[in-house]
Amino acid sequence: MTQTNHIGKAPNRVDGPLKVAGTAHYSGEFNVPHLAYGYVVSSPIAKGKVVAIHADEVRALPGVLEVFSHENVPYLAWFDKSYKDQIAPGGSPFRPLHSPDITFNQQPVALVVADTFELARYAAALLRIDYEQEDHETNLETKRTEGYAPGGGKTGFQAPPPPRGNPDKALKNATHSIEAEYAHGAQHHNPMELFTTTVEWRGDGKITAYDKTQGVYNVKNYLMGVFGLGKDEVRVVNQFMGGGFGAGLRPQYSVFMAVLATLELKRSVRVTLTRQQMFSIGHRPNTLQLLKMGTNPDGTLASLQHHALHETSQFEDYTENIVNWSGMLYQCENVKLGYQLAKLDIYSPQDMRAPGAASGNVGLEVAMDEMAYAAGLDPLEFRLRNYADRDQNVDKPFSSKKLRECYKQAAAKFGWETRTQKPRSMRANGKLRGMGMGGGVWDATQTKSAAKALISADGKLTVRSATGENGTGTYTIMTQIAAETLGLPLEAVTFELGDTDQPEAPIQGGSWTAASVGTAVKNACDALGEKILKLAQKPADSPLKDAKYDEVEFVNGQLRLRLDHDQAVVLRDVLQASGETQLEADSSALPNMLKQQGYSMHSHNVAFAEVEVDEDLGTIKVTRVVSAVAAGRILNQKTARSQVLGSVVWGLGMALMEETVMDHKFGRYVNHNFAEYHIPVNADIPHIDVIFVHEDDDIVNPLGVKGIGEVGMLGVTAAIANAVFHATGKRVRDLPIMLDKLL
Amino acid sequence: MYPFTYSRATDVADAVRDKAGHDGSAYVGGGTNLIDLMKMNVEQPAHLVNVAKLPLAKIEDLPNGGLRLGATATNSDTAWNEQVKARYPLLNQAILAGASPQLRNAATNGGNLMQRTRCYYFYDLATPCNKREPGSGCSAIGGFNRIHAILGASEACIATHPSDMCVALAALAPTVRVSGPQGERSIAFEDFHRLPGDHPEFDNTLAEGELITSLDLPEKGFAKHFAYLKLRDRHSYAFALVSVAVGLEMDGDTITDARLALGGVAHKPWRDHSAEALLKGQHATAETFGRVAAHVVANAVGQGSNDFKIELARRAIVRALKQAAEGKQEAGDVYLGGQ
Ligand SMILES: Cc1cc2nc3c(=O)[nH]c(=O)nc-3n(C[C@H](O)[C@H](O)[C@H](O)COP(=O)(O)OP(=O)(O)OC[C@H]3O[C@@H](n4cnc5c(N)ncnc54)[C@H](O)[C@@H]3O)c2cc1C
Ligand code: SF4
Repeated sequence: MTQTNHIGKAPNRVDGPLKVAGTAHYSGEFNVPHLAYGYVVSSPIAKGKVVAIHADEVRALPGVLEVFSHENVPYLAWFDKSYKDQIAPGGSPFRPLHSPDITFNQQPVALVVADTFELARYAAALLRIDYEQEDHETNLETKRTEGYAPGGGKTGFQAPPPPRGNPDKALKNATHSIEAEYAHGAQHHNPMELFTTTVEWRGDGKITAYDKTQGVYNVKNYLMGVFGLGKDEVRVVNQFMGGGFGAGLRPQYSVFMAVLATLELKRSVRVTLTRQQMFSIGHRPNTLQLLKMGTNPDGTLASLQHHALHETSQFEDYTENIVNWSGMLYQCENVKLGYQLAKLDIYSPQDMRAPGAASGNVGLEVAMDEMAYAAGLDPLEFRLRNYADRDQNVDKPFSSKKLRECYKQAAAKFGWETRTQKPRSMRANGKLRGMGMGGGVWDATQTKSAAKALISADGKLTVRSATGENGTGTYTIMTQIAAETLGLPLEAVTFELGDTDQPEAPIQGGSWTAASVGTAVKNACDALGEKILKLAQKPADSPLKDAKYDEVEFVNGQLRLRLDHDQAVVLRDVLQASGETQLEADSSALPNMLKQQGYSMHSHNVAFAEVEVDEDLGTIKVTRVVSAVAAGRILNQKTARSQVLGSVVWGLGMALMEETVMDHKFGRYVNHNFAEYHIPVNADIPHIDVIFVHEDDDIVNPLGVKGIGEVGMLGVTAAIANAVFHATGKRVRDLPIMLDKLL
Repeated sequence: MYPFTYSRATDVADAVRDKAGHDGSAYVGGGTNLIDLMKMNVEQPAHLVNVAKLPLAKIEDLPNGGLRLGATATNSDTAWNEQVKARYPLLNQAILAGASPQLRNAATNGGNLMQRTRCYYFYDLATPCNKREPGSGCSAIGGFNRIHAILGASEACIATHPSDMCVALAALAPTVRVSGPQGERSIAFEDFHRLPGDHPEFDNTLAEGELITSLDLPEKGFAKHFAYLKLRDRHSYAFALVSVAVGLEMDGDTITDARLALGGVAHKPWRDHSAEALLKGQHATAETFGRVAAHVVANAVGQGSNDFKIELARRAIVRALKQAAEGKQEAGDVYLGGQ
């Protein structure tokens, strides 16, 4: 028994006390001296030109410092390349205040800077701008026949694999077949914290940007490119975040604006977007999907075809992987996958929790339910008959895949066997009861990351890596990994993140932080451990004299031989005897390509949902959800469970209420506020059971983790939609399923 | 938000005088609606008279057997008042169906009556709106109008009054006591809010400078047979798509008196006297309820995205009448969809 064995336990968040005490500082809380405030003015039209900005009228107000617009922005970088961030899609990134052209509604057209926030806001309201309006198109329906296949672009995007087998013939010859179209509107990330940047002017052209972002290096590189700043002239910091969900993956125009104003005014400036402006920074795109499926007499899939079309802006080819998952989740020899974009006069969509997968999963998993019914099979049994042991997209085995075990455990916990197959066959509490299920698959990715570890003579360990914490638990799991690697209690370890003065880490997205940064943290601690071992071996009588690093272990503040625990030294004694005040080590981690090349690496999940539907009124109440996730090793049961709980809430929101409604006449979102863009509240959320099915996987990375930030969202939306069908016999194929669709 | 001056009134006369002394001024209660509108520049008062601390927060018995609800009593204090719970549980349910506990703790009864529509376009200065800017046009007609009116709308405006509390009040029929530069007067609740007609910029019949001081409920509270049914896009913290307030008096299964009001369907809380008349003297049967419900929506007109409300209202009326007749509702019950 050891107390420094932390991985896989359920410690509380190490940053929890800071958050509840209000001492965790968010980007809008750095109250640097002599701060000025910027307020963004947004376009009321979707397409056209700014013909006049009557800026002098508000410049004349005492306390107004400047009005920035395309008319007076200084010379900035010229080439698109300079504006491209780590995950910029193909095309030309939006350049704020670059030209008078309006290409989407709510486009920022000016920044008013004043001595106080209130004054900046007031002056922004007074600012008169004349526009010349042109016809716009924001309706995806009008572009059904104008879809095009995007040419690469964004990191992580994979064009669908070419067709395999003979999908059309197989569909024609299938015993049973279905064909259906699925749709969902735009959705916005809506993190609680507004996008805010506080830029501190440090004199001499040097700045520190406290910016709400999921990637401080991504923002730093962007700022260097756009404003021509040197490496030492810009530091970007973000240590806490009130939710990101992908909205903070790319540098937002708030940081551009704040930096522009700071450099021009040579004074610290803060820019905070309004809630309405939070609907102008990217979204999950409005998507249409066509699914065709057919089965063989034995209930195996004969043909699977999945085609998706979604919107993008006029200037970028925003891409996500929507259909590819359909070629890998089930065994099928005849598969055709298609993916197209259509250009509209909107802002570019942006990755939002489980981007692509969340959309495609609804199409696939509702279609699977429809297919199961058409073939007369229980939906779970149907999935088991089509279980994929290999990833047929790439023709490789999975590094690990315990989806079958997820099905089994979740079905048992849920009581799936009590379900009767016929729609409208179950009732409870005077309502129609329905049970549905859906499963999903997500990438297990590792990307290059670096970390630094330092230990002081009194045995306090500090580890740093410029990753992010958007509420996922990064601080806690990194502390656990570091503490366990060097045999320390959690209290002896401080993990620091979110600062470009720290070693580089990738943007926090794709569920890869645990795997990527976690491995870097472990490597840095091991590198430090090797130095400590050398010190421990200095005394002639060291009990560890000839030991190699892999023959020793750090446990409970001691360094000892793995095979003979009595041969031990106390860590603190070693450090103190060395005479050094501090030891440090840097390390980075890359995926082990050699080991991984023969495998497909993914996390999986399944969700079971129960609903009760009031038949007369169409109201839907989700009464239970059971979610089982197989994502390698779980580092922290508590923070992981919280992530899955949050994911289920997201899935429920997508199923039943979330939609940003576009008024095509104005080309403008109309419900751009929290009163009318509905996200689930407590009363909507039922009891949720979370099950983690452990997978041993030393191929994905040395820690064996796959990431759980996104996979938990999959399956849920479809499970609820399928449960609604089971309850009512009505198949709603356009989300969200609001009560009017059941009347 | 535009700059404004601010004062806190100490008594009613002081408040009325202060407001009359400042052009473009407004009363503010809990501020839960007005301040939001000011942040969006929809309202731009130059001066705010805070009335929340006026000595109008009492809830007290009236000599005629009724109950007086002070205008500055909070929605929460009103809902949970013992008298309200026991004698007017319909009001309790309606208030609790609205907003969130935090909002109800701040919101005042006067402010609740005066709250403005939630029409998306009314809130967005980038789009035309006759209510905000008379003559500019109505964006909701032909636009997205899921939350808009199906009854009593005009060609100028199809907005709805968003309050839940007021739907119960419409059924309970209190008088609204007001005090203004011309003195005091009482307005029947039914005459307080108005239909949009050609002047959607006016939500109600309050004269310039008048302050609501109380709501005087009559004795009859329908405490045995009542229901407040609210249907919305999530189970809490959303405005009503359709809501129904019902109060019945019964003799056995015969309805001897009836009140029926709808929310979320019109520019004002929609009380239907003819439907009430149809209920009186009838047996409480599904057939009766169906007939009355069909009558209420007979002249309803959809605007596109809200077409479903006509059928939804019909069904909701049937359900609410049934619930009221059964008499199993209690104060504190709030309908949460399937539960
Ligand atoms: C997110 C959100 C959700 C909500 N959901 C619901 C809901 O589901 N159901 C519901 O019913 N309501 C809902 N509300 C509305 C809420 O009930 C109202 O905002 C509240 O009742 C207004 O009261 P107040 O005292 O804060 O008014 P204020 O904002 O202070 O004032 C509103 C108006 O009333 C005037 N006024 C205030 N007091 C008086 C007086 N004594 N005499 C004359 N005029 C006066 C003001 O001048 C102003 O024009 C919601 C509000 C929000 C913000
Ligand atoms: S419905 Fe009324 S409030 Fe809404 S846009 Fe039309 S006029 Fe304005």
